[in-house]
Amino acid sequence: MAENKAIEFSSDTLAVAKKIIARYPEGKHKSALIPILHLAQTEFDGWLSVEAMDYVASVLNIKPIEVYEVVTFYSMFNTKPVGKCLLEVCQTSSCWLRGSDEIINHIKKKLNIEVGETTADGMFTLKTVECLGSCGTAPMLQCGGDFHENLTTEKLDSLLEKMKIKNERSTYLKSLNLSS
Amino acid sequence: MGKKLLLEHINEPGIQSFEVYRKKGGYASVEKALKTMKPDDVTEEVKRSGLRGRGGAGFPTGMKWSFIDKKSGKPRYLVCNADESEPGTFKDRYLMEHIPHILIEGMITSSYALGANTSYIYIRGEYMYVAQILERAIDEAYANGFLGDHILGTDYSLNLYVHVGAGAYICGEETALLESLEGKRGNPRLKPPFPAVAGLYSCPTVVNNVETIAAVVPIVNLGGDEYAKIGVGRSTGTKLISASGHINKPGVYEIELGLPVEEFIFSEEYCGGVWKERRLKAVVAGGSSVPILPAGLILTTAKGEPRLMTYESLADGGFVTGTMLGSGGFIVMDETTNIVQNLFTFTRFYRHESCGQCSPCREGTAWMEKILHRLLQGKGKKTDIDILVNAAKNIEGNTICPLGDAAAWPVAAAIRHFRKEFEEIAESTTEGKKLEIATH
Repeated sequence: MAENKAIEFSSDTLAVAKKIIARYPEGKHKSALIPILHLAQTEFDGWLSVEAMDYVASVLNIKPIEVYEVVTFYSMFNTKPVGKCLLEVCQTSSCWLRGSDEIINHIKKKLNIEVGETTADGMFTLKTVECLGSCGTAPMLQCGGDFHENLTTEKLDSLLEKMKIKNERSTYLKSLNLSS
Repeated sequence: MGKKLLLEHINEPGIQSFEVYRKKGGYASVEKALKTMKPDDVTEEVKRSGLRGRGGAGFPTGMKWSFIDKKSGKPRYLVCNADESEPGTFKDRYLMEHIPHILIEGMITSSYALGANTSYIYIRGEYMYVAQILERAIDEAYANGFLGDHILGTDYSLNLYVHVGAGAYICGEETALLESLEGKRGNPRLKPPFPAVAGLYSCPTVVNNVETIAAVVPIVNLGGDEYAKIGVGRSTGTKLISASGHINKPGVYEIELGLPVEEFIFSEEYCGGVWKERRLKAVVAGGSSVPILPAGLILTTAKGEPRLMTYESLADGGFVTGTMLGSGGFIVMDETTNIVQNLFTFTRFYRHESCGQCSPCREGTAWMEKILHRLLQGKGKKTDIDILVNAAKNIEGNTICPLGDAAAWPVAAAIRHFRKEFEEIAESTTEGKKLEIATH
């Protein structure tokens, strides 16, 4: 996104937002808040600025504070910019038992960043997260909508290399297709 | 080989699609229920089946359904809890990803029983790709006349939607889930009123786990009495177990309730034994919240009987020598496992996931994490162990929702069964030994 681009949904995204709102009963449009915040985070470079949150409030015709309090509660919403690839490494029991420490340390060393930091080129951010329901395929990390499972340091090296070559922003939401 | 009711066709190529699922007998329960049964008949079959909530609490499903207020005149809702987040649990993800239509079918049959005309599947945000699989499956169900107006030409109509969350374990608690579905922070509600009276939008609502709703399909097809013949005593039917940790074959297994724990861990059909030819040290049998048990007590009860995979057998001995079936998140630890550090990962989890509403949980989880961190860094004292026990005691039972208990139990149990390890870690400090333990 160019820096001066207005915070506003494209017409396609706005149409999807309206479709989402229609899933809830009349007057209960606030229910659509979290799904629409996902649309916003996808469209606005992987994070939610105050302007983005205010815009979502206007789309739903609710008060900005109602958006802020939700955004700050849920761990998938980023209130600061993140790298193109947000590496979310699970560190809870089952992953820890099968070597998540090694995965985290390997990323730190390889990318020369600490947990919570972004590489200087803006490509990667490292984040540790709690159980992602991938315990049988541990250790693992999530990047956007993709689960990378049964990780080894070798697999990790080739994964990071591929991401670098691809040079695209990973998003949780990969398609705007919704059921009727 | 145990009976498979949910995963029977898991290896069928294309079972994700409506076409193949239907060819394998899918959607028969919808036809049977809508065309030959009254809604209350469906509830009756579920009651007779003895099905208990598969999310972790094990509450009888038919009874939960019978509490729904049918006289208020307000719309009724069925909400599927697909916010699977209990560490060690990944069975719902597996089921939804590989056989999405069994959940859609269960939602239709169950919604019919409850008289709901709009239903939602609340799925954790991290499972976004699974949500998109469900969206496609729902589309197919609409296209084939199983959703929408006048399903199969009957008077019954249902709209079904997927709703994604955004990362919060607490939203697996049913009232927090409803708050979240209403577009708010996931703070659990005070009960009563229970959701069956005032749930989603203050309307009568039933919230059921994915596996519970999927189990309604075989219950309606077989009849509740037939279903109840599977299993042991009050633990009827089959259960999906998520097996992880130090085993040779991690994965999701459908077992008949009543299978001996020993067989589950060591037989080739299931976990395939402990990895690297090591010995078994401990097991967390039902997701991170339930008490950890050392090898001896998970294989045999304190009375010396073989421990079975049932609600009752796993709970035998209470929390002194027993545990719980919980969500079926079965985490196995080998002899090299540092129990204190494993506990630290659980406690960090609960501190992170506490919604902050109740002080005992918000403050207590943070203190327990800090103390464990201190111990692991070699800066602890022996008295820290009793402080941990005390903190856990003061959280338990003093919060609006069960997250507080869930955070307290693992601490109490780890110290109960492995106190020596805590003491060793605490003492190694006083001897000036430096511990090399990573804590992120």
